[in-house]
Parts: sequence; C-alpha cells; structure tokens
Amino acid sequence: MNQYDAIVIGAGHNGLTNGAYLAKAGLKVAVLERNPYIGGATVSRELHKGWWYSNCSYVASLLRPEITRDLELPRHGLQVVSFGGGATFMRNGDYFGNYSDHDRHYREMARHSKRDANAYDRYAADTSLQTKLIRPYLMRTPPDPTSLKPRDLRDLLEFARSFMDLGEEKLLDTIKFWTASVGDYLNEYFETDVIKAHMAGSGIIGTALGVYSPGTAYVLLHHYMGDVDGNVGAWGFARGGMGAIANALSKAFQSYGGEIICDANVDEVIVKNGRAAGVALKDGREYKAPIVVSNLDPKRTFLDITNPSDLPKDVVKKARNFKIRGSSGKLNIALDGLPVFHGLDPRNRLMAGDLHFSDSLERQERAYDDWKAGTWSKDPYLDMMIPSLTDPTMAPPGKHMMSVFVQYAPPKVEGREWTDEDKDGFEKSVIDQISNYSPNFRDLILHCETRTPREIEAEVGLTEGNIFMGELTFDQLLFNRPFPGYAQYRSPIKGMYLCSSGTHPGGGVMAAPGANAAREILADLKRPNTVPGGYADD
Amino acid sequence: MTDYDAVIIGAGHNGLICAAYLAKAGKKVLVVDGRAEPGGCASTREFAPGFSVSDCAQWLSQFDQSIVKDLDLGSAGLKLGEPKATISLQSDGDHLMLAGDTISGAGVDSADQAAYRDFKNMIRSFAKLMTTLYRGRPPKLVEQNWTDRLTLMKLGVGLKLMGRERLQDLMRIALINIYDVMNEHFSNAALKSAIALDAVTGTNMGPRSPNTVYSYLHRVTGEHLAQTGTTQVMGGMGAFGQCLAAAAEKRGATLRLGSAVQAIVKTEDRVTGVTLASGETVSAKLVISSADPTTTFRDLLGYDQMEAGIAKRVEHYRSRSGTAKLHLALSGLPEFNGVTADQLKERLVIAPSMDGMETALNPMKYRELSQLHTFDISIPTLEDPGLAPTGQHVLSAIVHYVPYAPDIGWEAGKPQLLSQLLSELEAYAPGIGALVSASELIVPSDLEASHGMTGGNWHHGELSIDQALMMRPFPGSTQYATAVEGLYLCGAGAHPGGGLQGLPGRNAAKEILKRGALS
Amino acid sequence: MSDISRDTMLLTTPFHSRVEAMCDLNDWGNWMGYTTPNAYFDIELEYFAIRSTTGVFDLSPMNKYRVRGPDAQRYLDRLITRDVTKIGVNRVGYAIWCDDNGQVIDDGTIFRLEDQDYRICSYQRADDWLAWNTLGFDVTIENESEAVAGLAVQGPTSCTVLTLLGCTDINQLKPFGIAHYTFEGRPLMVSRTGFTGDLGYEVWVPPESAEALWDQLFELGRDYLIKPIGSHALELARIEAGFLQANVDFMPAEEIVRVGRSRSPFELGLEWLVDFNKPLFNGRSALLREKAKGSRYRFAMLDVEGNKPAEHSFILKGDKQVGTVTSAAWCPTAKANIAYAQIEMPHGAVGDQLVAEIYYQRELHWTRLLAPCKVIDAPIFKSPKRWQTPAPPH
Repeated sequence: MNQYDAIVIGAGHNGLTNGAYLAKAGLKVAVLERNPYIGGATVSRELHKGWWYSNCSYVASLLRPEITRDLELPRHGLQVVSFGGGATFMRNGDYFGNYSDHDRHYREMARHSKRDANAYDRYAADTSLQTKLIRPYLMRTPPDPTSLKPRDLRDLLEFARSFMDLGEEKLLDTIKFWTASVGDYLNEYFETDVIKAHMAGSGIIGTALGVYSPGTAYVLLHHYMGDVDGNVGAWGFARGGMGAIANALSKAFQSYGGEIICDANVDEVIVKNGRAAGVALKDGREYKAPIVVSNLDPKRTFLDITNPSDLPKDVVKKARNFKIRGSSGKLNIALDGLPVFHGLDPRNRLMAGDLHFSDSLERQERAYDDWKAGTWSKDPYLDMMIPSLTDPTMAPPGKHMMSVFVQYAPPKVEGREWTDEDKDGFEKSVIDQISNYSPNFRDLILHCETRTPREIEAEVGLTEGNIFMGELTFDQLLFNRPFPGYAQYRSPIKGMYLCSSGTHPGGGVMAAPGANAAREILADLKRPNTVPGGYADD
Repeated sequence: MTDYDAVIIGAGHNGLICAAYLAKAGKKVLVVDGRAEPGGCASTREFAPGFSVSDCAQWLSQFDQSIVKDLDLGSAGLKLGEPKATISLQSDGDHLMLAGDTISGAGVDSADQAAYRDFKNMIRSFAKLMTTLYRGRPPKLVEQNWTDRLTLMKLGVGLKLMGRERLQDLMRIALINIYDVMNEHFSNAALKSAIALDAVTGTNMGPRSPNTVYSYLHRVTGEHLAQTGTTQVMGGMGAFGQCLAAAAEKRGATLRLGSAVQAIVKTEDRVTGVTLASGETVSAKLVISSADPTTTFRDLLGYDQMEAGIAKRVEHYRSRSGTAKLHLALSGLPEFNGVTADQLKERLVIAPSMDGMETALNPMKYRELSQLHTFDISIPTLEDPGLAPTGQHVLSAIVHYVPYAPDIGWEAGKPQLLSQLLSELEAYAPGIGALVSASELIVPSDLEASHGMTGGNWHHGELSIDQALMMRPFPGSTQYATAVEGLYLCGAGAHPGGGLQGLPGRNAAKEILKRGALS
Repeated sequence: MSDISRDTMLLTTPFHSRVEAMCDLNDWGNWMGYTTPNAYFDIELEYFAIRSTTGVFDLSPMNKYRVRGPDAQRYLDRLITRDVTKIGVNRVGYAIWCDDNGQVIDDGTIFRLEDQDYRICSYQRADDWLAWNTLGFDVTIENESEAVAGLAVQGPTSCTVLTLLGCTDINQLKPFGIAHYTFEGRPLMVSRTGFTGDLGYEVWVPPESAEALWDQLFELGRDYLIKPIGSHALELARIEAGFLQANVDFMPAEEIVRVGRSRSPFELGLEWLVDFNKPLFNGRSALLREKAKGSRYRFAMLDVEGNKPAEHSFILKGDKQVGTVTSAAWCPTAKANIAYAQIEMPHGAVGDQLVAEIYYQRELHWTRLLAPCKVIDAPIFKSPKRWQTPAPPH
C-alpha cells in the first residue's frame, strides 16, 4: 500500500506541479510534505486571528500561464488579481510613484526628470528585448553545451540562432546586459537617484549581491519576465494569499488521483542497485517508488537526503559548492488600520502597490555592505505591500495586512547563528525604517511575525532562507542550474529527479521547474507527455 | 600624399609595439607623445633627489613572448631581474610564500598545497585557451568573416579538448567571483586572500564581486603569454619603454616625444591626421590611438566629430579605478617581521582577509578614505641599487582601494591617506616610518594627469566582462577599427586589455596590415 | 507635490476651455498625454473645413525643444539627415533624425528663429535623444512644450482670417516662412507650415494668449466659415496630402523591441531628406552601407481600386504577401482610395500592380476583398495654393 509509481518530496508549488503532471499521465503519485500543511514557501497562514499572511512568497507574476490554464487552476479556486503600481518614498518628503498607466507613469517620472521620463521608453524597449529572449526557454529543458547528443546540439543551435538574429551590436549589448550590474545598466538610461533606486530593487531582491555587483541586471530581468494576463512584467496577488496557488495546485493534483501525505519528513532516498527505490522517513515509515523526485533545493537533496555513497564524488562537491545565500528576511504585520506615509494621500492607488524607502543606489549598496559584513542592513531595502488593499480576504474590514520583504539579512550573524536578540534587532531596524516615513505605523501594529533566514530555513526548509533556492548568477542559470551536467532534471541516480526552484528556470513562484522535470521523467518512462509547451511570444 | 602612413598617439608600450610592427612591414610610422620619455606607464622617474622609481607599473610579468621574439627585444639591451616569489605578509610573521606552484608558510597544510597545484593547473588550462583569443583580434559573433570563424573554431576545439569536466568548471566559474572560488578550493585564509589580491589588482572590485575570476584569469593568461615570472626591469620600467622605443626606431618608426597630440583631425568623413600642441598638423592615412578610449574619442577627436551613438557608448564606458601608488625614499633597508633580508627583494604583498578587502573597498564606493588597504610592494633597489644613493632604498607599492575623488578633496585627503598607509605598513615593518626620507603618494587622479589615463584606470577602462573581449571597448568599435573611418585603437582599451602584455599594440598592427588599411 | 493630482492626470492644453465649449460631440482622445478632441461636430464636415474654408487644430501637445548656443547649427546639422545650413533665419525645414544604425527616430520641423537659435517641433518626445546629442556641443536644449501654445490654421480662407487678426502682409509669407507679430502685447509667431497639404499656417503664442487668440480667430473668421477640427479630420487630410506619422507609418527606432522593425529614411521614401554631402550626421555610415547594399523595404503610396479603405490590409503580389498597410483612407477631395504601405523589396516600385487584401464588416458581416492597387509616385492631393506666394485670395 506504500507502493507508488512516483514519489515527490516536498509539497511546494513545484512539487505539486510535478506531481500533477505525473498523475495526469496516469502514474500513481504521492507528494510527501514535512509540515502539517502544504505549500512550502507558497503558503497563507492565519497567525493572528482574522489576518492571513502570505508568510513567504507574497506576489504572483511568474507563475506560467501555460500551467495555470492546463491544470485548470482557476477552476480549482485560483484567482490572481493584478495590482500594478508602487512607490519609493524619499528622505526629502517626496515620493516617486510607479503607475501602471503609461501616460500617468510618464508624468510622474517627468515630475522628477523629463529626460528620464522620456528615456524610460528606451529602457522599456531594451529590457523587453531581453525578456523576449529568455521567455521562450522557461518551459523548456536547457540544452547541455558539453553534450554531443542530437537533441542538445539541436537545442543549442536554436538557442544560438535566436541570439545571432539580434545582429552583432545587439548581441553584444545582450551579453553586456547579462553580465552587467543593475546599477551600471540603469546609469545608461537614467539620471535621477530615486528613479534608479526604484527600478534597481528588482535587481537585488532575493539575491546576495549589491546593485553594483555584476550579474544583477539579469536578476532584474528575472522579475520582469513574468506576466499577469499577458501583461509582461505585471505583478498580482493571489486572492486569499499565496497559499491559494498551492491549494489550487493540490486540488488539480488530487483531481488526477494524486495523494498528498503531510507530516512526512523524509530522512533518506532509498537506492537499490544504483536505482532509486523509494524514501525512508525520519519516523521509520517507508514509501516505495521507482521514481523519486526531490523538490528540495540541490544542497538538501544531495547532502541531506541522499547517501553520499550513492553519488559520484563530483556531485557531492558540486552540491557543496552550489550557492544558496540567505540574503533576505520577512515581516508579516497585522495592522489596526491603514498607515499614512509622508507625502502620499492614503487614497492614492499607489498604496496598493509595492512600497520602498531606498531612494538612491548608494543607500541600497550600503545595505549590501552590511550583509557582506555579516549583519542585517541598518537602512534596509524594503519591498512592502498591503495586499488587504487589493484582497479583502486577507484582513477584517478596515484592518490591514502588511507584507514586508527585507533585503538584506545574512544567513548567519557575524559568523554565528541568529539569536532571538538578533531577531529583535532585525525587526526593530525594519519597523524603524517604516516609521521614519509613516507617523502612525507603529501604533497600528497588532501582531508581527518576523522571519529571519533562520526561521525561513527552519519552517520552509529553504537553505539559508534563500527564496530562489540558489543564487541567480550566471554560474547557476540555464544549463548551469543547479550545476553543469545536471541541468536536465535528472540526478546521477537512476530514477531520481530534481524539480525545485534550484533547477532551470529558477526561483519565484513559476512552477516551470516542476513541469519541466515532469516532462523529462515522462520521456524517460516513454510515456506520452502531459506538460504543455510554452506559449509563443510574438 | 600624407606625411605618414600612420600616426600613433602615445608612446606607451602598446603604441611603440604597434609602431614597430607596422614599421617592420615597411610602413612609414610616426609615434607622438606629450611625455618626454617613451614608455607611457612603463616609466621611471626621480621622485626625490637621487631616488628613482617605476612611477606607474612596477612589475613585468605578462609581456607576450611572441613580441619579444618578433621585435628581437632580447638583444635590445633589456635587462630583467630574477623572477620573484610572492610573500604574502601575515601579522604574526608567519608569512605565506608562493613560488611557482609551491606554497609554504602561514600554516598551509598539505591539502591546500595539493589544492593549489590543482587550482593552478585548472587556471592554466583556461589561460591556454584564452591565449587563442588573446593573440588575435576578438571574433565577431554575427558579422563573422573567415578569420573570425577560424578563431571561433579554434576556441571550440580548445574547449572540447579541455575535457567535459574542465569545460563544466569553466562554464561555472568564468563569470563568478574569486571569493567563492577561493572558498571552494582552499581552507587557508592567507592563501585565499593572496590569490584574491591578484584578482582585484587594478580593478575597483572586491573579491565578492562577480567578474573577479575573469580579471584573475586575465592576469594568469598574461603570465602564461610571458613565461617570465614576475620580474623587475633594471633601470626601472622606463628602461623597458626605452627598449621598445629603440626597437620601433630601429625598424624605421619616427618618434616625437614631448609633443602632445592636441586633437585628431577629421576631414570630411574620415580621420586624416593629428594636430600637435605646437599647432603643427601631421597628416596620415590612419590615426592609431593607444590612448584610452575616453581620451581618444572625447578629448582628442571630440564628441562633435562622431555620430551621437558612439559618443553615448564612450560616455557609458567605465574607467573607475581604486589604484594608487606609494613611493618611499628610505635611508636604509627596512625590516619586515619574519622576512629575511634576502627575501626583501621578492614581491611582498599585504592582503587583508577577503572580507577585509571588501571592508576596505566599501568607503571607496562612497568617495571616502579607507582604514584598510592592500599593498603590492617592491623594493627595487635591492636588485637595482642605481635607483637610489648608495646604501639607501626605494619602496614602491601598488595600493588599493583609493577613491578617485574623495569628498574631503585630495588636498586634505593626501596627507591623511599617506599617514594611514604608513601606519598600516608599520604594523608589518616596525620602524619603517623612521627610515622615510621622502615620500610620494600618487592617487588615481594623479595618474590620470601624468599618464593621461581616464579615471587613473590602469587598464584603460574597467576589465569587467561587459567591457572585455569582443565587447572591448564597446560594440561598434571592436577589432581595433573604430566606428570612425581612419581611426584605430591599439591601447589597453582595445582587446585583450590592460597589463603590460603588449597584445593590443601587436594585434592592432597585424589587423591593420591584414585589412590592407595602409596599402 | 500633490497626491491624487493633476500632475498625473491627462493634461489639458491652454485652449482647453474654448475647445471644450466647441466640442459638441464630447468625443475626446489622449494625444501625448493631453485631453484632445477626436472630433468636434462631424468628422467629414471638419475635414471639408480644411479643404474649403479654414480649420483650426490645437497643436499645443506637440513637443517643442529650443536649441540655442554657439553650436546650435552644428548640433542640428549632425542630428538631422538634411543640411540644416540651408534653412535660413525665419524659415522652417521638415527633417528626420536617425540613430547610428540609420533608422528613423522621428520626424519634425526645425524652426530657425535666429542665427543660432532654433526650435524643433516633433511628434514624439525627444528629451533623452536630444540631450545625448549635446555631448561635445556648446548648446542648450530647453523643453518648451508647455511654454508655447499652438494652433494650426489651415485652409483656403486661413490667410484672410489671419490678416484680419492683424498679421499684416501675411499673404507675402512664403511656404516654410516665419513671420512675427504681437498679439495683445505678447509675441505671436506665424509659420506657413502644416500637416494638411493645403494653404495653411501654424500660429504660436505664449499660453497666456491662448484663449484670447482662439476667441478672436473664431470671431474674425466667422464669415470665412472657420471651424475647429479634431484629430480624425486631420488624419484624413494628412493621408491625402502624403505626410507620414511616427507610431503609425513607422516606429521610432529607439522604442523598437523586435529586431528589424525599425525603418530607414530610404525605406520610408524620405531619401530626399538625406544629404550625403554632409560629412557627418547620425546614421550616415549605416545609410551609406544601405545605399550600397539595398534596402529591405520600400514605402509605397497605393491607389486602391474601389471605395473600401485598405486599413490594416496585407499587400499581395500574386499569391505572395509582400507588405502591409500602415495608413489608409478614402480621400474625400481627391475622391481616391489611398493607402500607405511598407512593401518588401524589390516590389513596390512606382507603377507596380499589387493587390490589397481588405477586410471590412457591415452589420457584423465580414467581407474579404482583394482590391487591385497601383503604386503612385506622389500624394494624391496637391493644392497649388499651398505653394503660391502671395497666398491666393480665397
């Protein structure tokens, strides 16, 4: 009875997606979850009565529309509501608003700089070009450049051709973009500090790099390549919090006959005769299956739940060298009312968007300096939202739920583990930062859940609390994710696969890794593919 | 009829090499430079009465041996010192010694020693591959011709020959930071920081910055091209400049020193010559600039003489630098804790921990002075006593991280920085301060003024991937030919970039001859 | 700094109070971030005002940039593809500007106000590109878009109306000439320019004069049947007269995302604006290469059979699709069905016979029509009045 065709470890969004596609193909699939609840980092929890927190991930855009549609997630209760807009509050009492309406956006920018407002169109065009280059590869398995297999050669050729089509100069600009820092990239377009800082945020979120670290321009792209209803780069809230995504995925999975088993903490993948044979839980239970899919990050997969003797030496080394850097923390706050921010009318729709307080690249870079020195940022970069302004289910009427993503928080504090005092200090730096711009904020706090990398790792199992399950630097992207030679979702152990955000195309609530892994598994099983191809990008 | 086939701006090593190659091919070449001595950054200067120093570059370690052969420099009187070991000074006096592939001291264990050999082997195999790329013009990727295709094919074969594992290593580390690579390979902190120092020297990056593996690779590729080890030039680097000048002149090139180029002249739609500070105009079929791209396009040609997109590219070209030089005239030989008198002639470096280097870098980003620096020290007088009065010595150090323009200004900043640096040195060489009879601190803006390098950047533009290889200096002006008709680049701002490699000059000359641009 | 504010709302032009009062249809659009009328009372009748009386169009949202300084002329000469030195003081020149790849960024008119004092009037915003172009030139660029209000006063009776307004000897003003007057103590500038192909002028005043100017024009012009016209009527006139429009007939090169979607002057039929005798201008080397190598596309004016406008049509040569239509209209004066198309080379030469694949619907019934069409060599509407000096009395 504990025998399955496939076992997926971890009921995060990628595990559930992977399970759903395997089940859809007719396999008997179980998804095992360590926690008593599903979702992993895609979760909503009521930690204060009447308030629902999207504890970890908090916005949706990257979730591939092909999957949403194919798994009929709307029918299973998922509703993603676009929010649009945002603002960066400035030290001088002004703010920069980011309106989703193009003309309004122009005029707000022109209020700060007409030249920048005009340059924005050029910036948007150039950045869109990069987005268009990468999007077709989200729902595909990356080719292996070191391989001579016909499929890899063909895919590589196609990949190369899409870049060659750009022409010499645009191709070089593309390489420049992929290797440049977000700060340098933005400096090529804009002159105004607050405008650059507002945009640079997307280049550092979830990343242990600063705005002047090469490679961060790509991270910016990673946040732009999603879409809501075809609006590329738009972001939305899942109604009911991010848990709604996991819930809809679980229902889809179950509708194909899949089984979710909670409180199932995997101790080890059982390998027999060089083949995966199932998993053993910490409590002694065993589940057998010829296919084992790990939705844990590559480090946990290869270093925690796999016996090193079952792995080639180089994989253990590569897993050890895989970079998962804790760089962020999170505050989820129940508010008694709506906070007021200097300079902005609380009725302004910008309030429903992402709000920030770092008004220059220099402040962002200094926040990173603190991380490098092993401490949380004293002047942190915050990505703050009030989803209850968009989604009435998140808090009682008139009350609000605030989600504060904090950059930077180190995995260890000056080399040692986080203590409760550290956590208090971290929380204080964030609350102080918000209070600097909002006189009534402090008095509105009813409950605050503070999550340093320590809590995120302990609860969700994200190593170091890294939201992307691995840095989004070029050495860990595409055919390098998680590491060269293993980027096609197969582990070195026959029958064992990877489907987490630690695989291509990487982190964020995208579900593409789970789906792509399912496609490879089904191919190995010589079963018909159930995973949809990507939509053509025009 | 033009006065010359080509006028080369700048008698730095690249300008002279380019001139020598062109002259060797029978072209009529003029090299002009505002400085009175040839060599550019390869220069010697008396910084205090009786004390001379290589006032910009201090080591010769990357000079391509094919140039030595082609230009017959061996017989041209160039005298190099003994190859140097590197001694990375530790505060406890148990120093780390790096000589060839062996390391010792500072508590390095056998595991790290083995790892070091493996690491060097890996990097060398990458460097070998880079040689293909460095000794030719950078290939175009789309508008390729057969030369480009051949280079790309050679690279492809080279990649395959490295073996799958090496290739995977390269794919992974090519764009990342030295910090992670060090931690992956080694456990000894002194070893990590000694290598990291080489990765950040000449840049404005810290070890954690992605692209520092590339800058390290660039350096090692140079060493691979040179095969000489790190050496000092007898008579100071200026002797190297003199030697190159002689080589160029011997082949028929004309040098005009002390005669700065005021402007690059454009007639109708192409560059036709240069005007000198004297007001004289020299006409030529081509103007080849070894000045950095910003100086070439912005200052000499003028943004109004090119299409606006080129000007925009130049403005985006980054030339920040964090490199300064410290020159000390010493009344006697200093004593460094744990360094024997014999070892003082080696290359001495002071590299704080990798995190320390990051800490040292931070203030520079905000135009402040740092409380911590890295040092790359040479006491050239031990091998070359003629640089100072008998029994006295010169200490020359390359120092990081120094801001280009601190908010407090250099008038107040220089004395402050000088005493900071001396106190940092004092920790390793107690009593050195008492020996200092004269001192000179050269900050990036000084180097900009004295050697015409924008931002004081030694590499003529930051050597990060987005400004390197086929992107160098910027799209549209690669392969030594620029987007302006008749204007070529042969300096460190062209592929493969900075360091005393001499390849930009050599490659540019070969490319110009190959194109028939002068026939 | 304000909150839910006018800062970010659609703006209104200095004429708005008057425009609003006359906009019987209450049909508004968004032009360059301004609330502007699509039509005032009847598109067709507004159009005919241009052709037979006088039509007044509020031009204020046009982008205006003042270029001043010792290098102003050299600056512009490098910016645009034609020879700016040939534009004399108090003259206007139509011009295009390209990026380094020889792809058109925008078109516009260059007003030479003084020796080294110019105004660029462009359809698209150009702050960023103009600023980049100042590198190396002693020149200042000032965005005057909000400081200058403008009306296009176009049509056969326009000269008479402006004369009544106090523009003495305005009939002597040559096409593309500029004349200066005062209006209620403030400067008023008239240029004999326009987007209609008819006799017409553009009148430029400080925003404070706007309402009074409008009032007096309509008061004095009443007997000459002056009428306000909206953007739909102007669109008809411009197509008939052969004018291109950015974002319609070509995409500004700097806003292109997809490779190959920008166009060169040759591909837009604007080679007459490219002067290779100038040793330097943006795009010159790329355009020289294109000239040698050949262009990818050809701009064609098509005379389409039948009366169904070929909007958004595919253009076929035999069975092969060779192009698409960018602008199309039935031209009421010329009584012709005109379309602008971008045609792949080598097709689209003058006289080439092509087919427009037109889709139109009546009462939700769609019809596919294959209409033969012919490439013509010049705009279908040519009013001699446009070029006559003195301007002919109506």
